[in-house]
Parts: sequence; C-alpha cells; structure tokens
Amino acid sequence: MTTTLSPQRAGLPPAPPLTRIRRGIGERIAPYAYIAPFFLIFAVFSLIPLLFTLYVALFEWNPIGDHTYIGFDNFTRLFDDPRFWNATRNTISIWLLSTVPQLIAALFLAHLLNHARLRYALLFRMSMLVPYITSVAATAIVFAQLYDRDYGLLNWLLGLGGVEPIDFTQSTWGSRVLIAAMVTWRWFGYTALLYLASLQAIPREIYESASVDGAGGWKQFRHITIPSLRPVIVFTVVTSTIGGLQIFTEPLLLNPINAQTCGATRQCQTLTLFLYEQGFGQYQFGYAAAIGVALLVLVLVVAGINYLLSTRIRPER
Amino acid sequence: MTEPIDAMPPSPRHPTPSTLPTQPMRRTRPPWPARQARRRRPVERVRWWTYALLILAVLVSVFPLYWMFVVATTDTAAATQMPPRLVPGDNFFHLAGLVFSTVPFLQSVLNSLLVAGAIGAGQAVLCSLAGFAFAKMEFPGRNTLFLIVVLTMTVPTQLAIVPQYLIISELGWVDTLQALIVPGLASAFGIFWMRQHIASTLSDEIIQAARIDGANSWRIFWHIAFPIVRPAAFVLGLFGYITAWNDFFWPFVVLKSPENYTAQIAIKALQNNRDIDLGLAMSGSFLATIPLIVLFVFVGRRLVAGIMDGAFKG
Repeated sequence: MTTTLSPQRAGLPPAPPLTRIRRGIGERIAPYAYIAPFFLIFAVFSLIPLLFTLYVALFEWNPIGDHTYIGFDNFTRLFDDPRFWNATRNTISIWLLSTVPQLIAALFLAHLLNHARLRYALLFRMSMLVPYITSVAATAIVFAQLYDRDYGLLNWLLGLGGVEPIDFTQSTWGSRVLIAAMVTWRWFGYTALLYLASLQAIPREIYESASVDGAGGWKQFRHITIPSLRPVIVFTVVTSTIGGLQIFTEPLLLNPINAQTCGATRQCQTLTLFLYEQGFGQYQFGYAAAIGVALLVLVLVVAGINYLLSTRIRPER
Repeated sequence: MTEPIDAMPPSPRHPTPSTLPTQPMRRTRPPWPARQARRRRPVERVRWWTYALLILAVLVSVFPLYWMFVVATTDTAAATQMPPRLVPGDNFFHLAGLVFSTVPFLQSVLNSLLVAGAIGAGQAVLCSLAGFAFAKMEFPGRNTLFLIVVLTMTVPTQLAIVPQYLIISELGWVDTLQALIVPGLASAFGIFWMRQHIASTLSDEIIQAARIDGANSWRIFWHIAFPIVRPAAFVLGLFGYITAWNDFFWPFVVLKSPENYTAQIAIKALQNNRDIDLGLAMSGSFLATIPLIVLFVFVGRRLVAGIMDGAFKG
C-alpha cells in the first residue's frame, strides 16, 4: 500500500471558478495539456495493462515463443490448482490478521495522542512514522530474524515465560502471523495519524459538555469519537484491503531459499507471489494473467463487502 | 500541534465543511441528568499510563530499526547468540565494506537517489500543474475527467504486472531506470491534493489581475500558483520520494543487471542465505535506510503535518 487516498467519495469538484482563463486556441487547449501527462501515463502503464490482462489470460502465452488462444482453459486449470487455493487462503488470512489489529491499535493510539496537554506530542507522532519510512525489504529481513525459531528475540522472550519456540518462518500460521506483524508494524502509526487528524476536528466542547453530563470515557468514545471518525475509518478499511490483498515483498524475502514460493511447502505464498512465480519464474504469462484476474475479482469483492460493512458503523439509536 | 502546510495563504482559507456529528450528540445528551450550570472544567491532566503506553508504541516503532543497527555493527555470530545481543558492536565498517564489495551498492544507492528524486520532483510539478487546471480553469469535460482521476486511485494496478512488463519490453525499457521513473510520475492522489490546496489558497482576484496584465495560464501557474503552493508540493514530492525509494515489486521485475539495481533490490541480492549472510543483509538494509532517516530528521515534522492535513477533513 503506497498511496494515501482521500476518503471523499467520488470527487465532486467544487463550483466553477469565478475566473475564466479562456482566450484563443492556445489557451483553450492549455488545460488539456496540463492534465495530459497523468492521463497518458495512467493509460499506458495502468489502464491498458489491466485490460490487456483479461486478454492475455485467454492465451497460452510464452514470452519468447507462441501465443495460442485457449479460451478459458487457464481459469479452469486455476480453479483446480491447489496451489491457487493455498495462496488465496494465505492472502485472506494475512489480510485479516494485519488489518484488524492495525486499525484497532491505530484508533487506540490516536485516542491517546489526542490530548490537549500531551507533552512531546510531535516527538511521539514522528516516532510512529519511523516504520513507514523503513523499506519493506529491510523490514522483512529484520522481522524474519526477530521471529527466528532458534535465535529470535521474540522466541527468547517467550522462552523466558516457558513457552516452546514457535517456528514462525516455516509453519503456516506462524508465517501468516509474522507477515501480518510486518504489515501492522509498518502502518499502525500512519493510520493513527490519519485518525488523530479527524479526532482533532471534533470540538473539545462536545467532550466537555458530555463529561459535565456525566458520560464517562467509554461512552464518549462510543458516542462521539467513533461516529465522527466514520469517513476516515471507511477509507482506511478500503485502502488497507486494496494493499493487504496485494502483499508481495514480505513473503518473497521471508525464506531466501525457495523465495518464490515463500518456503518449501508454499506455507506463506500469497496470490501476488504466486502470480510472480508463474509469470516470471515459470514464464507462463497466460496463466499468471489469469491469477491477476482472479486477484482483481477478489479485491473488488472484498473491498465491496467491507465498504458495505463499514458504512454500517453508525451512531446507535 | 501541527503547522498548516501552506506558508502564506493570500486569502482566508475556506474551512472545509466539518464532519461533526451534531446528531449523535443530541441523542446522547438526554439520558444523563443535566448537571446544573456551565461549570467549565479545565482540560484533564494527562495520566501517567497515557505516557507509558505511548512510550511503548514508540519503542515498538523504533526497536526493529535499532536492532538492525545492532546486527549491522556486529556480525552473524551476534545475531545467533542467546540471549540476543542488544548493544551495538564495533564491526560496522567491516560489514559495510563487505556490502560494497559484494554488490555494486554505491551505484545502487545512486540509482535510487536518481529514480526517487526524479519521481518526487516530477510528481510535485506535474500534479501542481494538473491540480491548477482542475482548480482554476474551466474546460469542457472538467468534472468528468476529475472524477476519473479520483476513481483511478482505487485501481489495484499491481496485478496487471504481466502486461505492464510486456509494454515495457515493447518500449525497449527492460532493465532501464526510466522504466521505474516514467510510470511513477503519475499520481492521482497528488492531483487531488494539489487541486485542493490551489483551490483554497489561490484567490481568483489575483488571477483576474494577472489576466488583465496579459499573462497566459502558464505564466499564471509558474509565477503565481506554483510559488504559493510550493510548500504543499514539497510535501507531496517527499511522499513520492519515500515511496519510490522503498518500492520493491516493480524494480524487482524490471531490473536485470546489478549495475542498474536500486538499493532495495541490492538488499535482496545480499540476502541469498539468511543464516549465512544475515549480518551482510542487515548491514545493507541499514545502509539503505540511512538516507531516509537523515531526510526524516529534517522533514519529519512536515510529513506528520502532511499526513494529518491530507484530504481528510472532507
């Protein structure tokens, strides 16, 4: 997840400007020239590839050889492929394990940060952005070591409590948790700042009069904070879905041996990594494109579902 | 408190419509007996556990980076030592030297600087220009085109990687840096953001005046609009820079020869065997993170302001 998007649903531009910059043919085409670079780049490197994916998926497409039209064979093969279902399960598990704790932690932190008399506020806020500026590649390397079965700090701590070492990199659930931990670590501070910005838009008087009226912290949180944050919560849920379902770098770097499958048993191979393996490891471009289409459908379905769910967060009657 | 991004708004900024939930308040009030009169309570004190929890969050945020440094200054033996070592050693330069001799790391860092710098600067200018057109110019199709820009933000483009690669190879750009730079220049969010800043900081009167003096739209953009929103454009460029610096998937697919690697791909090349090359990979990771940490020390507060300013008031 690289972009910050806006929560404003479908950008509705404001009223037309008072000033009309309009004169001569040059000035008439000028605005189109100013916005052309974006549309050109988007068309060539995003839109056409997206449509082209649907096309390539219908072929047996060898990058340096033949392209044979095979209809929907790639898709029937995909649905019979246990590796595909394995990757789907991993992707969804990792997405859930990373999104839910991340958003809850961010909400909680934003609540803590939103105190008028908090000292060192800027320092706290800046520190929480450190994970965001650390690259995913570096994060994956450090976390794999911190969670190592034999020498990891976490297992050492668990061992002090008498817990048997957990093999985070080699087991299915262990590696899912580990990847989810990386994603959570990277984004919780960033998300907290987004929530904090919305919290600060709530006038303090509302809280004051609520507490004068005898509403305690929890009731204030439930009846004032959550409803006010609804737009930004919807937004973060949707963006972390779009990003979370496309996780690639973390699993690729987790097990350097068998990198493309994230380990010998494909225990943490995500859909994007499976796509990469088929496309650029096995050179089956058609099959890889079919995985891309399946992933697109998954993203749309999940984003749609949780958009519907999160619009349900309404103030209660 | 964060500072406003725009240094000197020439016209009063129009506050964005607030999202305040007036309804829920009205609803929540009645159940509790109104305690008499306007007893205005001072803002509560911050409790000690608020600080304790925040410090914990800071430690969680910073520790992995610190530990990366610890391993990068010792060696693999230290990383496989029980209990784990927590203080840096004195082996930093030895490992760093190995990093530079194993892969062309200096070249990789320079490549990253070039790619990220070009993307950051390019986004700042191109998005300001497009944002200016959408905010202050009138042309047929404006609203529809802007809607398209906003919608493109939700398209998960990464899964079209196969055709993207085919297009890049049609262009003959495989294993080149422009394959990274050119696609990175387009930022829908950037346009959205700059449009908002230009709409709220550049007054129509100024444009009118410039217009009467005979300035065309390019002159108005370059001499009036851009200087005014430069602080916002700078923050946008920073985000573009950071994202490009840390990008992995696309460079990993496109770049083939070590002399074209970006720093992130060089890290991957250092990590062929986790158990053997650990100190090396950690050292590379740390070295590749230093430029961003240095940058962050200077501009961190503006990044915080940028995220919190975002387009999130709407």
